[in-house]
Amino acid sequence: MRYLVILKVAFRALRRNKLRTALTMLGIVIGVGAVIAMVGIGNGAKAQVESRIAALGQNVIMVFSGSITRGGVHTGFGGAGTLTVEDALAMQKEVPGVSAVSPEVRSSAQIMAGNNNWSTSLMGEGVDYLTIRQWDLSDGAMFTEADTRASAKVCVLGKTTADKLFPDEDPVGKVIRIKNVPVKVLGVLKSKGVSMFGSDQDDTVLMPYTTAMKRFAGVTTLRSINVQASTAGQMAEVQKGITDLLRQRHRIQGGRDDDFMLRNQQELAETMSATTEVMTALLAAIASVSLLVGGIGIMNIMLVSVTERTREIGIRMAVGARGRDILLQFLIEAVVLSSTGGLLGVLLGVGGARLITMIKEWPTLVSANSIIIAFVFSAAVGVFFGFYPARKASQLDPIDALRYE
Amino acid sequence: MQPVIQLQDIRKVYHTGEVDVHAVRGVTLDISRGEFVALMGASGSGKSTMMNIIGCLDRPTGGSYLLDGLDVSQLNRDELADIRNQKIGFVFQGFNLLSRTSALENVELPMLYSRQRLAGPELRERALKALDTVGLGDRAGHKPNQLSGGQQQRVAIARALSNQPALLLADEPTGNLDTRTSAEIMGVFQKLNDQGITIVMVTHELDIAQYTRRMVVMRDGRVVSDTPVANRLHAETELRRLQEEQKAAQLTG
Repeated sequence: MRYLVILKVAFRALRRNKLRTALTMLGIVIGVGAVIAMVGIGNGAKAQVESRIAALGQNVIMVFSGSITRGGVHTGFGGAGTLTVEDALAMQKEVPGVSAVSPEVRSSAQIMAGNNNWSTSLMGEGVDYLTIRQWDLSDGAMFTEADTRASAKVCVLGKTTADKLFPDEDPVGKVIRIKNVPVKVLGVLKSKGVSMFGSDQDDTVLMPYTTAMKRFAGVTTLRSINVQASTAGQMAEVQKGITDLLRQRHRIQGGRDDDFMLRNQQELAETMSATTEVMTALLAAIASVSLLVGGIGIMNIMLVSVTERTREIGIRMAVGARGRDILLQFLIEAVVLSSTGGLLGVLLGVGGARLITMIKEWPTLVSANSIIIAFVFSAAVGVFFGFYPARKASQLDPIDALRYE
Repeated sequence: MQPVIQLQDIRKVYHTGEVDVHAVRGVTLDISRGEFVALMGASGSGKSTMMNIIGCLDRPTGGSYLLDGLDVSQLNRDELADIRNQKIGFVFQGFNLLSRTSALENVELPMLYSRQRLAGPELRERALKALDTVGLGDRAGHKPNQLSGGQQQRVAIARALSNQPALLLADEPTGNLDTRTSAEIMGVFQKLNDQGITIVMVTHELDIAQYTRRMVVMRDGRVVSDTPVANRLHAETELRRLQEEQKAAQLTG
């Protein structure tokens, strides 16, 4: 039998019971819509995490000073004070594949500017820090190599700090006081937003690490060193180079533990992505259950339809329809039902995802892939759940079917 | 010329429960091309079972059945479906039209399942021709519920004719109709038979059987008599008689 005719018959049969068709379809609509919206939420979260990790910089390796244990007390990472400025300079010179190095020390202080004051974190960094973090200035300029050599009293303000200290003025060129030391503001950073750990990355003051070490933090060792590899492919090589160099410089015997620790953003990214992927899978699984329920609804209605139309099946068989013709007719009817539901479900899912973004301000990402997969899956649900009723119809005995009241 | 239907010692046993039911116990029958046969018998005589076997809806348990020269007693479901489609046209007591489907589409139905694929326009043309044959060319777009019983049965006859079958099989075709409409439908059958179409009709009404040319009577699964119809009724004269009777009734009433 011609497919076009079968389609026509299917649509006619579905139109016959509009409410029933609509309700059956609703199961699939909700199922597909839920899958698309849920996967959209999961993917949105994943994309957000990934963008935050990317905000750490490209091909960045962070070298932390190790922890030490004294009298049973463990210091945190960075507490051992094993990293020196010389280590950083040696990395720059001796490890192949390193494109930039920024030594880092951290402290915090109460900062004053005119009548305003603000407590924030001080970050002593190298000149290349902004390049490594892919962070731009919105105004003014970064401190220079000369400032670093001279331990100059200059700084660059994060967006939040700038707003707090200079609510109505342009901070560039002004002087702030940190622990009563006057420091000149050279520039203001662009906003980088909240880090993936939840802290405001713009609430900071950046200054040459030399200045921070000598004048404010009062330390001679580094908290960490940010290293950038030239390419992503060189990451492993650079990590090994750094490890070898530091072990040699710190005279660590073979077999003993490192007194430093390496982290790179790929590792972080993988951990975080794995977490969000589990979440996405979980959401999709929950949503799939509703799609399954929708499929069972289709099967139920198709069984009812086969019973109701037993006589029609008998007539068709009497005039020469083969079992296969009947099977195909009911199967196509089920698929038309489920895929129409799927199509509407896609619209619902995309709309729902938008709505969630609008109301809850959660990022959602509905990919073309998830739409296609959800739609194809809805059609497959029709085939799967439509097959049994269709087979039942095709195996009816024509005599019994004709006699059916 | 070879008969359209050659039945040789046909038997049918139903295995229901503990006792086997012998519905047909050895029927041998030849029906030639152009015949108009009434298959008669009381209920339980096995005539419906014979009808199902002749119509290729069911297979005999024993014996051989040649339809149009082809042995159909051992065919499988799909092959029987094709035989029904190509060689047999069914007319049922309850018309069995698809509701909510126009007369034309009902007539097209057997052609849709035909192995030889006809183009849409040709399909339509043949369906319209079949409707013309039964005098319903102007009702092609009507749905069954917009047609009278007699008209519905005419649509069913047109449907049975649409694939140009070797055999027209009618199962109590006038069972749901009044006397006058019955005469009309029998007129259609007589006209078709005059054009050379072979018709086998199952009925339990003797006056309806009088319209045919040959009467086969069954009892307890066997053929007990097989005689030509002596005083054959003609639908036209019968209709005229019915009309006069009605007039007379009006005059006297």
